[in-house]
Amino acid sequence: MKLVLGTLTLCAFFGSALSPTSPTTSFGPAPASGALVTASPGEVGSVKGKALFQGEAPRRRKVDMGSDPACHALHAEDARDESVIVGEKGELANVFVWVSKGLEGKEFALPTTPAELDQKGCTYVPHVLGMRVGQKLVIKNADPVTHNVHSFAKKNKAFNQSQQGGGKSLEQVFDKEEVLMQVKCDIHGWMSTYVGVVAHPYFAVTKADGAFEIPGLAPGEYTLSAKHEVFGTQKTAITVKVDGVVETAFTFAEE
Amino acid sequence: MTVHPSSAAPAGRGSAPLLAGLFVATAVLVAYGFWSLGGLPELASRHGVSIDATITYLFVTTGILFLLGHGVLTLFVLRYAGSAERAAPERGSPHASSKLEWRWALVPVLVMCVIAEGGVLIVGMPAFAQLYGEAPPDSFVVEVVGKQFEWLVHYPGPDGVFGRSEAKLVNDARNPIGLDKKDPAAKDDIYTRGQMHLPVGRGALIRLRALDVLHSFTVPQFRVKQDLIPGFLGRTQFEPTRTGQYELACAELCGLGHYRMRGFITVESQEEVDQWLSEQEPAF
Amino acid sequence: MVERAGTGVLTAERAGPTARVEEHHAPRSFLGRYVFSTDHKVIGLQYLLTAMLMALVGGALAVMIRYQLAWPEKTVVTPETYLALVTMHGTIMVFFVVSLALVSGFGNFLIPLHIGARDMAYPFLNMLSFWTVVPGCLLMLAAFFVEGGAAAAGWTAYPPLSALKEAVPGSGLGQTLWLLAMALFIASFTMGGLNYITTILNCRAKGMTLMRMPLTVWMFFVSAVLGVLAFPPLTAAALMLLGDRHLGTSFFLPGGLVFGEEVLAHEGGTPLLFQHLFWFLGHPEVYVIVLPAIGIAFDVIATHARRPPFGYRISVYATLLIAFLSMIVWGHHMYVSGMNPLVGEYFSIATVSITAPFSVLGINLIGSLWRGQIRFTTPMYFALGIISVIGTGGLGGLYLGTSTTDVYFHDSYFVVGHFHLMIGVVTLMGTFAGCYQWFPKMFGRLMNERLGKLHFWLTFVPMMAVFVLMHYQGLSGMLRRYYDHSLFEFQTAGRALNKPITYFALLAVGGQLVFLVNFFWSARRGVRASENPWEGASMEWNTASPAPHGNFGPEDPVARRGPYEYAPQDSHQEYLPQWTA
Repeated sequence: MKLVLGTLTLCAFFGSALSPTSPTTSFGPAPASGALVTASPGEVGSVKGKALFQGEAPRRRKVDMGSDPACHALHAEDARDESVIVGEKGELANVFVWVSKGLEGKEFALPTTPAELDQKGCTYVPHVLGMRVGQKLVIKNADPVTHNVHSFAKKNKAFNQSQQGGGKSLEQVFDKEEVLMQVKCDIHGWMSTYVGVVAHPYFAVTKADGAFEIPGLAPGEYTLSAKHEVFGTQKTAITVKVDGVVETAFTFAEE
Repeated sequence: MTVHPSSAAPAGRGSAPLLAGLFVATAVLVAYGFWSLGGLPELASRHGVSIDATITYLFVTTGILFLLGHGVLTLFVLRYAGSAERAAPERGSPHASSKLEWRWALVPVLVMCVIAEGGVLIVGMPAFAQLYGEAPPDSFVVEVVGKQFEWLVHYPGPDGVFGRSEAKLVNDARNPIGLDKKDPAAKDDIYTRGQMHLPVGRGALIRLRALDVLHSFTVPQFRVKQDLIPGFLGRTQFEPTRTGQYELACAELCGLGHYRMRGFITVESQEEVDQWLSEQEPAF
Repeated sequence: MVERAGTGVLTAERAGPTARVEEHHAPRSFLGRYVFSTDHKVIGLQYLLTAMLMALVGGALAVMIRYQLAWPEKTVVTPETYLALVTMHGTIMVFFVVSLALVSGFGNFLIPLHIGARDMAYPFLNMLSFWTVVPGCLLMLAAFFVEGGAAAAGWTAYPPLSALKEAVPGSGLGQTLWLLAMALFIASFTMGGLNYITTILNCRAKGMTLMRMPLTVWMFFVSAVLGVLAFPPLTAAALMLLGDRHLGTSFFLPGGLVFGEEVLAHEGGTPLLFQHLFWFLGHPEVYVIVLPAIGIAFDVIATHARRPPFGYRISVYATLLIAFLSMIVWGHHMYVSGMNPLVGEYFSIATVSITAPFSVLGINLIGSLWRGQIRFTTPMYFALGIISVIGTGGLGGLYLGTSTTDVYFHDSYFVVGHFHLMIGVVTLMGTFAGCYQWFPKMFGRLMNERLGKLHFWLTFVPMMAVFVLMHYQGLSGMLRRYYDHSLFEFQTAGRALNKPITYFALLAVGGQLVFLVNFFWSARRGVRASENPWEGASMEWNTASPAPHGNFGPEDPVARRGPYEYAPQDSHQEYLPQWTA
C-alpha cells in the first residue's frame, strides 16, 4: 500500500514537472517568409502628432533615494518621478506610439545596431524604450552600485539578473510583440522602465513636447495606438497617402 | 599478513597527552573567544537589557558546563589511557552499578531542568513579555512595508490614522505601498523609502506587513527581530533608549537583493521627529 | 586468541578475505553483484560512495561560498548564484551526504551484521531504495545547468520565494528539480526506514533481545522511526508547493502578492503553513542524522575503552525520550515568524527540556571512559572528538532554544555555526569513526592509522575553528545568507573573521582529501585484517573480514549475552564475545 501510494506520489510529481513551466523559446528574427518591405521616399507617407494630458497635471514627486545613500549621492538636487511628465500646455512625454494594425504579415529588415538601456544615477535611461522583435537589447550599468534588471514580461520570457556597478553589459532579445513590458530594479524600487517591443519599425516615444513622428509608412489604412504607463492605451484609425502627413493627437486623462 | 593491533601493546599510548592537550586547548580557546570576540553591538533598547541578561546568564551557566565537561573528558583520557598490563586492578572494576548510573542520569536531568527551564521561564520571561505583551498606550506607531528589496516606512500623518491600502493600487514609482486615494485618511499619510525616525524614550509600535515574500525586521542594537509575512499584519515593539542612527536589516532570505535590503532608523527627540515629519511630502 | 569452542563459527585461521562461505548463494555477474545487488553490505557501500561523490560537490560549493565571503570585492559569483550555492550546499550536505552516508550507508551495512541477520528484511526494497535516490542525486545536480540556475530559496525552501518564479531566478525550473529530487530522496529514505524497522524488529538472531542490541542499532532504530513519522509532512508540503507553482493552487500563497505592479491571482493560503510542515520534518531530521553518529561513538568507545558503555539502558531510554520530544518542538525554528508568542513559549519550554536527556547521553559518553583501558586508535580519536564537539555545539543550542535569546540569534551566524557543529561535524566524525572501525568488514583490510590520525587533526581543528568562529560572528550580529556583509556597518566586526574562517575551511576541505586517499588506497593495499582486529565483542566481529554474502557461516549466529562484555566481572578473560557459549 505504502509503495502504491509512493508510486502515485511520484507520478504526481512527474506530472507536474511536465506542465508548461519551462518555456522553450527560441530567439532571433522570425524566419524570412514573405516579401521584405523596403520603402523609399516618394512612395510613402508619415504620421505626426502630439500626446496631451487633460486636467490638472499630477505633481511630480521627489524620488526618495534614501534607502541607498550611494544613489542619493549621485544627485546634486532631488531627482523627480518620471512616470507622468506633463508640459506647460499639457504635453505628455513618454507615450509609446505604434502602428498596432495594418502591417500584419509584412517583414522588415532589422536594424544592425542594438537598442540600448542604461542605468544612470539610479534611474533608467530612457524611461520608455521602443525596440524591435529580434533586435538585441544591451543593458548597461553606469552607476557605481549593483542593480538587478528584472523584466515582468507577459508574452516574452521574463528575466531577472543582477548587474555589478560598471559591470559587464547584459544582453536580451525578445521574440514576441509586447507593448510596455515593465523592467525594473528591485533593489531600488523607484527604478522602472517600460519597453515597447514591436515587429516593425513604425513606432515612436513622445518627447518632452509631447510630439512624435513616424515616417516612411506605405500608403494604406492603419490603426495607430498610444500607450502611457499610467493612463493606458488609446487608438485611432488613420489613412496614409503617398507623401501625405497624417496629423493626429491623443488626449489622456486621469481615470 | 594478518594483524591484531590490539594484541600488541595498546595502540598509541602517546596519544593520551596529545588528545588531552587538544581538549584543554579547545576548552580554553572557545571560552576565551566567547569572552573576547563575542561582543554584542551596544544596546539601545529597554527590553534589550533583559535579553542581554539572559545571554549573560547562558554564558555563565553553559560556560561552566562546557568547561566541566571538557575537564572531565581530559582527565579521563589521561587517567584511563590503556596500560601494557591487560588489566589494571588498581583502577577498580569498570562496571558501574545501576544505582550509580541512575544517579548520574538524574544529575544532568536536574541540572539541565534548572538551568534551561530557568533560563526560559525566569530569566528570559521579562524580555519576552515586553516584546509581545500589550504595547504602552502612548506608543509611537509606524508601519513598515517590506518588499523586494526595500523597507517602505509608512506614517499615519497628522490625523493619526493609517489610510487604507490595497495591493492592486501598488505602483513602484508613484504609490509603492498602494494607498487608496479615495480614503480621506490616506491623504495626509507619509511614506519614505527606508527612512524611519523614532522618538527616544517612547515606546515604538511597528506594524509589519509584506507585499511579496517573507522579510524580517531586525535591528541588532535594539535586539528585535520579527518576520514580515505576506497576508498578515504583524507587529513588534520596543523602546529606543539611545539617540543616533541605526541600520535596519532583513534577516529572512528574500531574494537576490536580500543582502542590500537596508533601512535607516534615526532615534532623536520627539520635537526633532515632529519637525522631520512636517518636512515630508504627504502621499497625495 | 579468543576461544570459540563449540560455536561452529569460523575460526580466525580459516577466515580471511577469500573465505566466502556462502559463495554459492552469491550472485555471480558483475551487474548482480555490484550494481543491482540486493546484498545489504554492497548497498551500504553504494550509498557511501554516492555520498562521497555528492560530498565532493557539496564541498566545492562550500569553498565557493567561503571564497565569496572572504573576498566579496572580487565578485566571483553574482548574488543570485550565491543564493543557489548556499541552497544547494545545504540540501546536498544534509540530505545527500550526511543522511546517505550515515543513515542509509552505515544503517544498511551495520544493522544486519550487528543483530546477526543474514540480510535486511526486504533486500529487493533495499535495492529499490538505493536506485530511487540515484536519479534524485542526478536531478539535484542537473538543477545547476538549467535556465535561472539551481534553486535559490535556501535549503528550507520557504514560499513565497520558492513558489514564484518572479521572486528569485532560481525559482524557475531549478526549484522544480529541487522538489522532484527531494521527493525521490524521501521515497528512498522512507523505504529504507521501513526496512530498518522491520529488520530490527523481526530479523534479530536467536538470543538477540532488544536490550542486547548495540547502541548503534538502537539509534538507527529510533532514527528510522523518526524518519518514517517525520518525512510524510514534507512530502505533503512538497506536493502542495508544486501545486502552488504549477497548478494554480494557493496552499502557501495569500492574496495580494505584488510583483512588478501586478497582483497575483493566488488567494487564501499562508506561508506559515509551509514552515510548520517543513520543520515538522526538519527538526526530527536533525536527530535522524545525529543519533546514529552518537550510537557509533558509543560502540567505538566501548570497543576501544574496553568496557561496557556507561548506562546502556539509560541511554536507550534517554534516546527514546529525545525522539519523542524532537517531534513536538519544531516551532523553535519559528519564534520570530509571527507565530503566537504563547505557542512560541510552549515550544521554548519543550525545546530546552531536550537538553536533559541529551546531557544524559553526553554524561554516558564521557562515563564510558571511566575506568577503561583506552586504546587510542583512529576510530577512537574520532569518537572522543565527537564528545568534545557535542559538548560545544550542544550547549550553543540553549541560546537558540530559549525564545528570548533567539530573538537576537535567529538567522545570525550563531545558528549557522551551531547547526554545522551538530549536524555537520558530529555526523561527519561519526561517519569517519564508522569507516575506520568497520573498514575490515567492508574490504578485509584496515585503514592506515597514520593517515587516519592526520585526518582527525585536519578535521577536528579546522572544523571547530570555522564553526566556533561563526558563533562569535553571530554574537556580533552578523546575519546569514548575505552575499556581501560590507553594506551594513553593524556587521563590520563580524566580517573581520570571514577571512580566517575561509582559511580554516579550506584546510578542513583539504583534510578530507587525506581521508579519500586513505579510503581508496587501503581498500586495495591496506593491511589485511583478521575477522576481529579490534577485539570487539559485538556480533559483526563473528564473521570473516570482509563479511561474506549471507554474513555468517552456515550456522545461524546466536547471541548469548550483551554486545559489550568487556572486562567481564565473572571471567578472567579480557572480553567475552556476544556469540560464544
